Amino acid sequence: MSNNVLLRVRGLKKWFPIRRSPIDIIKGRPQLYLKAVDGVDFDIASREIFCLAGESGCGKTTTGRLVLKLIEPTEGEIVFDGEDVTKLEGELLRNFRKKAQIIFQDPYEALNPQMNIMDIITEPLLIHGVVHSKDEKIEYAIKALEDVALKPAEDFLYRFPHELSGGQRQRVAIARAIVLKPKFIVADEPVSMLDMSIRAEILNLMLNIREKYNLAYLFITHDLAVAKHICDRIAIMYLGKIVETGKAEQVIDNPLHPYTKALISAIPVPDPRSKIGDIPIKGEVPSPVNVPSGCRFHPRCPYAFGRCREVEPKLVEAEPGHLVACHLF
Amino acid sequence: MLLEVRDLRMYYEIEGKGWVKAVDGVSFTLDKEESLGIVGESGCGKSSLATTLIKVLPTNAKIFSGEILLDGVDILKMPENRLRREIRWQKIAMVFQGSMNALNPIIKVGDQIVEAILTHKRMSKRRAWKRAEKLLKMVGLDSSIAHRYPFELSGGQKQRAVIAMALALRPKVLIADEPTTALDVIVQAQILKLLKNLQREFGLSLIFISHDISAVSEVSDKVAVMYAGKIVELGSVEDIFLRPKHPYTKALLRAVPGIREEKKELKSIPGTPPNLLSPPSGCRFHPRCPYAFGRCREVEPKLVEAEPGHLVACHLLGGETA
Repeated sequence: MSNNVLLRVRGLKKWFPIRRSPIDIIKGRPQLYLKAVDGVDFDIASREIFCLAGESGCGKTTTGRLVLKLIEPTEGEIVFDGEDVTKLEGELLRNFRKKAQIIFQDPYEALNPQMNIMDIITEPLLIHGVVHSKDEKIEYAIKALEDVALKPAEDFLYRFPHELSGGQRQRVAIARAIVLKPKFIVADEPVSMLDMSIRAEILNLMLNIREKYNLAYLFITHDLAVAKHICDRIAIMYLGKIVETGKAEQVIDNPLHPYTKALISAIPVPDPRSKIGDIPIKGEVPSPVNVPSGCRFHPRCPYAFGRCREVEPKLVEAEPGHLVACHLF
Repeated sequence: MLLEVRDLRMYYEIEGKGWVKAVDGVSFTLDKEESLGIVGESGCGKSSLATTLIKVLPTNAKIFSGEILLDGVDILKMPENRLRREIRWQKIAMVFQGSMNALNPIIKVGDQIVEAILTHKRMSKRRAWKRAEKLLKMVGLDSSIAHRYPFELSGGQKQRAVIAMALALRPKVLIADEPTTALDVIVQAQILKLLKNLQREFGLSLIFISHDISAVSEVSDKVAVMYAGKIVELGSVEDIFLRPKHPYTKALLRAVPGIREEKKELKSIPGTPPNLLSPPSGCRFHPRCPYAFGRCREVEPKLVEAEPGHLVACHLLGGETA
């Protein structure tokens, strides 16, 4: 893992300031922050599929946007291919954009309804000055459409998004993401808007594309079953922090953190012989504005003891490659 | 038999284009205290089936045929005012998809439940309020929630409040349409457990509609798999998940990853679900079915009993061609 690190993230934080009303300012109330991402470390190797998983509001999408420099971090280090992403500007930033792309959750909103498929797919090429003639454009578009198995490609060039199904639109979004031959793609819930029968084909397509173009993915999902089947490594996030990370099988089949355990035990399975057991954790996720002291999971944790309320646990290696942030380990 | 649905057909008219055959010849039965899961992809007609069962339909919808027998009485033949007075919400209530986000933001949760009670029952407002508090306790909420506004509640609490509202008149049948779809897994698990408990404690019959086969497996005694407006397979939850017979059911189960399964290659179903304005001839699944043969393109398969209690609509099975 350490030998060919493509993306290195250390101490990444994103605090969104909460707007203060004039009364708050007059009364001198302190500025509050929504701590969406609050100190996250991870590495992604080239060709690796790394998954960020967690419930809504845990900061997984914000992390994905941060590593692509779509938003600026409050603090922390993002090193992509040896370069510090946070400091990139101008030509260097444009160069980075060629290497790192994104696929969004909703293929209905991610494509401009007024552009035809060829223009959607080739827009990145125009922005980066890769193509100069119409013939070149068509050539690239056909190649990309074939890569995402929209065949015959010629039939799709002049169609518009509204003429395509959800699965086909997501293929177009993937084609647009790979047309610049990036090394890295952030895939933010790429299948959660799609029908069950379509999900598998999009996931399989993403795996094929990784083989073909030697890509790495940051795969963001709330669905741990999907994560287990597609990802190499998983990190579980809770309230802006990674609480557990390791190989997909390690984390899913042998979860160590009490939160991960509860999360996995709460997932129903397509087998009537196995039912959801008792869920040991209480309440719901607290607000990321008032993060609990110590371990941020302690108010809901059935095993919490004194230390958990005071000291924030660090990620420590519980077994080779399997890290957990919990005072029990 | 508490509820028996026979050959129900409900189409939506699209002006200038024809009829969308959303519910097209659906039959099933539901016993007292039984839970029926209805599973299918978006656009298969599962939500349309639910709204047809309580007859809350848009103006362009028309019921072409069928019977909905509740305790032996066909509610489709009832005049609307009798249906509203005696059946809807009194005997068959529904938790609509996304209704947790349809709570009125400026009315207290308790008052919204009171409104549901008083629309159907004559009683004093104070008694109705007491009942609302009791209902909130039944769904695992503190009765003080009655004094709160919807924005003060979390997603799970809102969903519980909506379920309390559906139970306000002690219905015999509760229809829950995608009740856990927008919720996080832990809250989803709590709501699934709540539905099971309510079913047991209050002798409720449950129709649970979801695209999530795992959630359906969790709460259902019986499962109906819908495809393109029709039930293609119906049986006990074990029949459907452990001994599926219809090629669509089998393919669906292969396409969905299970968290406790070994890492495996997922198999997708080629093609997309059909447009119900002009569904395919014969078996509606034939364009996507790996086993389709001549007859499948021409003759529509009937839902027939392949094994006791296990019904399948496929030419590969069942009496006629086997």
